[in-house]
Amino acid sequence: MTAPHAVGSGPSGSTSSGATRVLGGLSLAGLALLLGYALVWSPADRTQRDSVRLMYVHVPSAIVAFAACALTTVAAAMWLRRRTEGWWVLGGASAEVGLVFTALTLVTGSIWGRPTWGTYWDWDPRITSTSLLFVMLVGYLALRRIDNEAGDAAQRGTRGAIVGLLLFPNVVVVHYSVDWWRSLHQTATITRLDPTIEGTMLFTLMLGIVVFGLIFAWLLVHRFRVGWLEERVEHAGLDDALRARRAEAGVVAGLGGGTA
Amino acid sequence: MLRDAALIAGKDLRVELRSQVTTQQVAPFAVLVLILFGVALDPDRGILARASSGLFWVAVLFCALLAIQRAFTIESADGGRDALRLSGLDPAGIFLGKAAAIALQLAALEVVLAVGVVIMYGAEVTGAPLLIATCVAATAGLAAAGTLYGVLAAGLRVRETLLPILLLPVLAPVLIGATKSFEAALGGVASDGWPWCGLLVAFALTYLAVGTLAFGTLMEEPS
Repeated sequence: MTAPHAVGSGPSGSTSSGATRVLGGLSLAGLALLLGYALVWSPADRTQRDSVRLMYVHVPSAIVAFAACALTTVAAAMWLRRRTEGWWVLGGASAEVGLVFTALTLVTGSIWGRPTWGTYWDWDPRITSTSLLFVMLVGYLALRRIDNEAGDAAQRGTRGAIVGLLLFPNVVVVHYSVDWWRSLHQTATITRLDPTIEGTMLFTLMLGIVVFGLIFAWLLVHRFRVGWLEERVEHAGLDDALRARRAEAGVVAGLGGGTA
Repeated sequence: MLRDAALIAGKDLRVELRSQVTTQQVAPFAVLVLILFGVALDPDRGILARASSGLFWVAVLFCALLAIQRAFTIESADGGRDALRLSGLDPAGIFLGKAAAIALQLAALEVVLAVGVVIMYGAEVTGAPLLIATCVAATAGLAAAGTLYGVLAAGLRVRETLLPILLLPVLAPVLIGATKSFEAALGGVASDGWPWCGLLVAFALTYLAVGTLAFGTLMEEPS
């Protein structure tokens, strides 16, 4: 992965570029369209009534959260292979944005669960594994922060990358074991989505997935660029400090030479 | 590799035998956890007997955290980590040795906890072979994953607080599998427990493989 050339080129040092403005514009327009479809043009569900509309936010954010988790694992694997800063920054950016979407998934799921199941939290396999994903992402980000303190990319350890690499496989294993655990003694099977979802509702859901994908990409690019700039600042700071120390050393050496 | 593993495991167990930390601190802690569960969950209503499998494994997880922290603390004193790196021992051997030492300590703790659960919670053992197989498989998984994540957190200033948040979510499948399997072995139908035991074996094998492969790189980490 190469350096994004446009980063910080603007006078304000902003992380946006022509491409991200287009992406941002598309995301916002898509979001407006999604709101229209989700709240106005799509019908209420027969059993879930209006609370079904929350699904158009909940399902896309869950998909994006798990995709972000997979992207973090890919970035960790690539960083272990190539050791280029870009993959390192991408892993962190994707985990951080993914954490936001994981939280959004849990919150919207809870709000939706209240009128539908009568409770904010049900020990449904998906809620359980999503909450474990949330904690895993928090742990991964905590470990990365420590790796970051260790210095620049060359000295940085593989700790965070190994945890990142195991992130998605762990999520899959946790998901399936939780699924198996709950499927054995679930009293009533609740179909979360109408199995015969079609027409406007299906379209709205698909639109939601596309729009959330765009929002994710938009946030990811910005977060990536901020991360990239942070790395640059760190390098610049180190170079400045080196120059200052060398200058001092030169002065001292000069004085020493004069008095000898 | 296996010879190196035996060396490391022997060394760790000798350290534990001489320092008596496991017997004098971790084992009493395990019993204490059982007593605290008893106090927290009203002992008269039969919750304890019904929840004994889950409580047993939660107690094991807490003890495992202590044992894992301990296994890497002994390396951090007197430059033990550097000495290990310079020793020329196979990293895979070091991993397996440390995991084996942790596993043996956990197995001893599980015996203590099992006796405690039977005496204090009134749990009834109906499937001893399943019980033992579950303990072996779950302990191997806990030790393998614990050693891998333990070395990740070792040497960091925040290791005591970081290890639980990294390790416990990963161990969720072990907790689920071992609890379900124990429920079958303690007063349930034993045949219900064997598939869960299979999950535990798969988990253990996976983490043993990953640890054997990745431990070399992680040992080289600056701490």
